[in-house]
Amino acid sequence: MKKLLTAAVASVALATPALADDPTKIGFIYIGPVGDFGWTAGHDRARQELQDHFGDAVETSIVENVDYGADAERVMTQMALSGTDMIFAASFGYGPDVNAVAGRFPDVAFQHATGYIQEHPNVSLYDARFYEGRAVLGHIGGKMTETNTIGYIASFPIPAVVSGINSAYLHAKAVNPDVEFRIIWTYSWFDPSLEADAAETLIEQGADVIMQHTDSTAAVRVAEDAGVMAFGQASNMVDFGPNAHLSAIVDRWAPYYISRVEAFKEGEWEAQNSWLGLGDGIIEMAPWNDRIPAELQEEADELIAAISSGEYHPFTGPINRQDGSPWLADGEVAEDGALATMDFYVEGITSEFPN
Amino acid sequence: MIRLERRKEPSKIWRIANPFLAVVLTMIAGGIMFAALGKDPVAAIRLIFFDPLFSEQFGSYSRPQLLIKTAPLILIAVGLAIGFKANIWNIGAEGQYIMGALFGAGVALAFYPIEGWYIFPLMILAGALGGFMWAMIPAILKTRFNTNEILVSLLLVYVAERILAAMALGLMRNPDQPGFPGSRDLRRYDSAHNAELIANTGLHWGVVAALIAVIFAYVMMTRHMLGFHVQLAGQAPRAARFGGVSPARLVIICLGLAGALAGLAGMFEVSGPGGQVRIEFATGYGFTAIIVAFLGRLNPIGIVLAGFLLGLTYIGGELSQMMLQLPGASIQVFQGMLLFFLLALDFQTNYRIRLTQGARA
Repeated sequence: MKKLLTAAVASVALATPALADDPTKIGFIYIGPVGDFGWTAGHDRARQELQDHFGDAVETSIVENVDYGADAERVMTQMALSGTDMIFAASFGYGPDVNAVAGRFPDVAFQHATGYIQEHPNVSLYDARFYEGRAVLGHIGGKMTETNTIGYIASFPIPAVVSGINSAYLHAKAVNPDVEFRIIWTYSWFDPSLEADAAETLIEQGADVIMQHTDSTAAVRVAEDAGVMAFGQASNMVDFGPNAHLSAIVDRWAPYYISRVEAFKEGEWEAQNSWLGLGDGIIEMAPWNDRIPAELQEEADELIAAISSGEYHPFTGPINRQDGSPWLADGEVAEDGALATMDFYVEGITSEFPN
Repeated sequence: MIRLERRKEPSKIWRIANPFLAVVLTMIAGGIMFAALGKDPVAAIRLIFFDPLFSEQFGSYSRPQLLIKTAPLILIAVGLAIGFKANIWNIGAEGQYIMGALFGAGVALAFYPIEGWYIFPLMILAGALGGFMWAMIPAILKTRFNTNEILVSLLLVYVAERILAAMALGLMRNPDQPGFPGSRDLRRYDSAHNAELIANTGLHWGVVAALIAVIFAYVMMTRHMLGFHVQLAGQAPRAARFGGVSPARLVIICLGLAGALAGLAGMFEVSGPGGQVRIEFATGYGFTAIIVAFLGRLNPIGIVLAGFLLGLTYIGGELSQMMLQLPGASIQVFQGMLLFFLLALDFQTNYRIRLTQGARA
């Protein structure tokens, strides 16, 4: 776990370790339904593993489809009022709500996924280096495309999504100088009909490989029907497109969740800011589709190994910004701070950045 | 055999009894569904309808929350209902809600960080104006070019959502938070914060506005000439025209009023419970309010009851997910049942079922 960023924020271990025979109550709030077969399914998979790991020693509960804002604040407050010890808020936009509730319930440990706001000593942030997986997808997509056009369905223009697009583009471009990206923003995490429309539009525009940073399986299904290729999101989506589905970045939050609950039970939980990657096993690639040539599969495996060992960083210069101004010099590696606030496209992407 | 007979006049008793009957039927059918899911149906129904109000553990928190969740629904539904009575179908309250929020927040962000008593009143005016102007688009298109206000107002929701996204990403973005969409948190700007008037009661200015709107609408519909014109235009358009009611004027008034109220709801939300202009700010209050308006029989008092009932199913629905691990979708089915039963029962407001003997007459 060498990449564990322990920017321990004036860490105060929570004062109330649960009694040994008292189950730790853990609440999860999700932006989508557990049946999205993508992002939320990934978190719920981890919750079930957590439950299996600890058995009767923990009691987990979930609330699905919770909108950002007043609804999220209410659900988390009710969880805290019902005696919940730990809350996992599994979506980016819960940030202000997590911090509002955390301020009122200093004894509850909050874990906020992919967030950036940390105003109280009982708020931990955790995230995965999705751009590492995107580099692998970009490499495969760049080689597999025959129309030299890759379609990208993006959700919200936040650093995690933007760095994913940039990483995928750079690695596609590296193996295929003619590749072009077409990007559609949906401004939603889970909207199957919108995602299906976006996939159809991208295919009409000539894309034969579809990438997505949205949570449903709609795009994979559209790709299957249209006879083109696609990458799943957050979970292995191969069942929804056995021919189309080349691979996917699969989220594996369980080891992290178990370690945090373990720490809480030991009375050693403290606020952290963790950003874990391929090398930590928090993300992994879904099994390669057989249509990917053996040689390319090997290249992809090597790329994973290089990123995992830290030998190669997906953002290694020279890289210019979209407007041509230099960003990273030759051999320079992007700093975490720059990636965590990334708000520009790299050179070569022709779409306009949403502003 | 069974025969249907159209009533000469819609039944008054059924009109009022149906919503209550629908709730009872929903409890029964919903209870069967919860039991089929392997959950205790009595506990589930209790968590949905009673615990948010009376539970010792949650009540003191969820009662105020009920006000917060319900106030925008009522504020929007009251305005919509007046139009619906006159057969003017504003389906785009969600868009007017968004524009009200953007106008209100725009005023606040323009003044930031100056503090002043005049900022919040200006935001209220701006919020009402934003919703009003957005509603004037379908109104003027209808009166000038006879376009369909249902389509125009609905499609403008999607336009408003795009403007919201553009604002959250561009003009209104918090300059202190690079890389992330969303405006400053108005709850941290005292002059613009729609705070609780009395701590821990949920009572904010939006609740007060909803109350005033309900009283205003009630008086208007029962005591004022305009209310009479609205009813007349809805029930007998030809007679209304002969009576000197200008259809164009009525379209402007009804859409404008509904738009202004929806705009106010958006403004009170963005400056209070919502807190900031975010891409995902709009969560469907404008659409849910249509259901509230009909569930409340387009009557201001009925809308208050319907608003609270629906608000209760939301808050109680979350509680029952959390406490009993009911799937989120089952709560949506439960809410759907409520509307389904109401519509089904409304059949007997207009028809009576007759059992007759022998062959068809």
